[in-house]
Amino acid sequence: MTTADAGPPPVLSVRQVSKRYGGLTAVDAMSFEVRPGEILGLIGPNGAGKTTMFDLVAGSVAPSSGQILIGKDDVSRESAHRRIGRGLARTFQIPKPFPELSLLENVLLARQGQAGEQLFANFLMPGRVRAQEAAAREKAMELLDFVLLKRLAHEPARVLSGGQRKLLELARVMMAEPAIILLDEPAAGVNASLLEVIIDRIRAINETGVTFLLIEHNIDMVSRLCHRVLVMASGQLLCEGTPDAVSQDPRVIEAYLGGAA
Amino acid sequence: MELLSYAAFFLTTALVFALITLGLNLQWGLTGLFNVGVAGFVAVGAYVSAILTTPDDAARIGGFALPLPLGWLAAMLAAGLVAAIVGVATLRLKSDYLAITTFGVAVVVQLVALNAQGLTGGPFGIGFIPRPFATLAETPLIFNLANLAVVALVTLLVYLALEHLAKSPWGRVLKALREDERAAISLGKSARFYRVQAFALGGAVMGLAGAVQAHFIGFIAPENYLPTLTFQVWTMLIVGGSGSNRGAVLGSILVWAIWVGSGTFVAAFVPTDQQARAAALQIVAIGVMLCLILLLRPSGLLRARVPREG
Repeated sequence: MTTADAGPPPVLSVRQVSKRYGGLTAVDAMSFEVRPGEILGLIGPNGAGKTTMFDLVAGSVAPSSGQILIGKDDVSRESAHRRIGRGLARTFQIPKPFPELSLLENVLLARQGQAGEQLFANFLMPGRVRAQEAAAREKAMELLDFVLLKRLAHEPARVLSGGQRKLLELARVMMAEPAIILLDEPAAGVNASLLEVIIDRIRAINETGVTFLLIEHNIDMVSRLCHRVLVMASGQLLCEGTPDAVSQDPRVIEAYLGGAA
Repeated sequence: MELLSYAAFFLTTALVFALITLGLNLQWGLTGLFNVGVAGFVAVGAYVSAILTTPDDAARIGGFALPLPLGWLAAMLAAGLVAAIVGVATLRLKSDYLAITTFGVAVVVQLVALNAQGLTGGPFGIGFIPRPFATLAETPLIFNLANLAVVALVTLLVYLALEHLAKSPWGRVLKALREDERAAISLGKSARFYRVQAFALGGAVMGLAGAVQAHFIGFIAPENYLPTLTFQVWTMLIVGGSGSNRGAVLGSILVWAIWVGSGTFVAAFVPTDQQARAAALQIVAIGVMLCLILLLRPSGLLRARVPREG
């Protein structure tokens, strides 16, 4: 996997990463790289270890062995809250908006480097806090507009439908201006028309140079969005390739249909 | 005249409680930290300020006769520091474990106050704590009004500072952590760091309240800081409306009125030989009020937190 020659360096590298829970090996010596600007899909049958892989990359689970690098920095042992400062943002399979906070507040929370989030800055440099907050509000409203939620900006997030929550999470991670976004099943439980919006927005964000790593069951969505797909089965990398090539691969068909033990 | 003087006295006491409740509101109402050791942090503040500002006393260490504002400042720092240490040590624990730990801390503080006679005066407490405006003490009305003015000013300042924080980006992070910790972490917020900050700041406010109360009464003893105090403060916050600073102040005044009212009632209508026992009726009255509020208006008089939908 280590290619010293071609192209720019990977945004994210996973090297021989394993995660064991007692006797169970959920992720088994996975290695892959995410190239800048691509949309990389991660698919596989249920129980293949996709979500664990995702949690490892997002930092909410620490690997038993192996290395995870963002750019050139080893972040294998770094706590989850530092990921976003390194340009890696994530969404959740079941969206996690802050239900009692307004949509606007939800998005504002993702802004990085806000002086106002430091306790004493609120008293010592109120001018700076106010200026940053005003700029952040403007940006947040633009993002809410981008995901078609602007008119609900001041409503609490609990009023949103499942699909709208996915869109809110998308706007929220965009606020942090990440280099790479991990999307955990963005199509799950979303009605068809909203799904089109989500696909469209992901593509639009990707066109601005943001890289995506996407777990998804919806094969249609994967083949429409992803440049490259990784297939996982039983915690291991089964194969990788373009969406078309992968869906023809007999090993993939076997893994999905044959129980994949 | 006498009535006005009494009203000033009553409000002063109530506002001291309001200060403590404001501290608890930051910890629980805003951040969701279950502190059952409120009395301990109040006691730390009271004792620190008392030891620093009282005149020299041969019977115990301390009595540094420092100026009063210094005592208050030190009280805040000390209580805040104790809270920070408790926080760092326990905030990884989830709510009920944190509750048990804070309860333990309060018991320890109280026992230290009771037994470290060389420092705290033991069961006899510390007397001759300098009172602001002591020279006015001959005319109770003016004395009480002056005290009220000071306590009201302190309460107002703390209230405004906490309101400012609750509306600040810092306060927003606390709310986010309360609502969904994993999501907040994914957005780069260190749950532990913010919780320790909120817990320490809440503890500092409680410590300040303890100091203010000590200087206003002029005498403190370990029995002032029993779990009953924690119970009262929690009731004040729940009645007023958890999450709302205004609710914290209103709840404090209201619950204190019922406490004092039921005390007066007992004194007036219960035979003298039974009065010590009947004093327990005060706690009953508070308990009944708590039940009524929880039944009729579970989010408090001034609701701030919308009840969660399943």
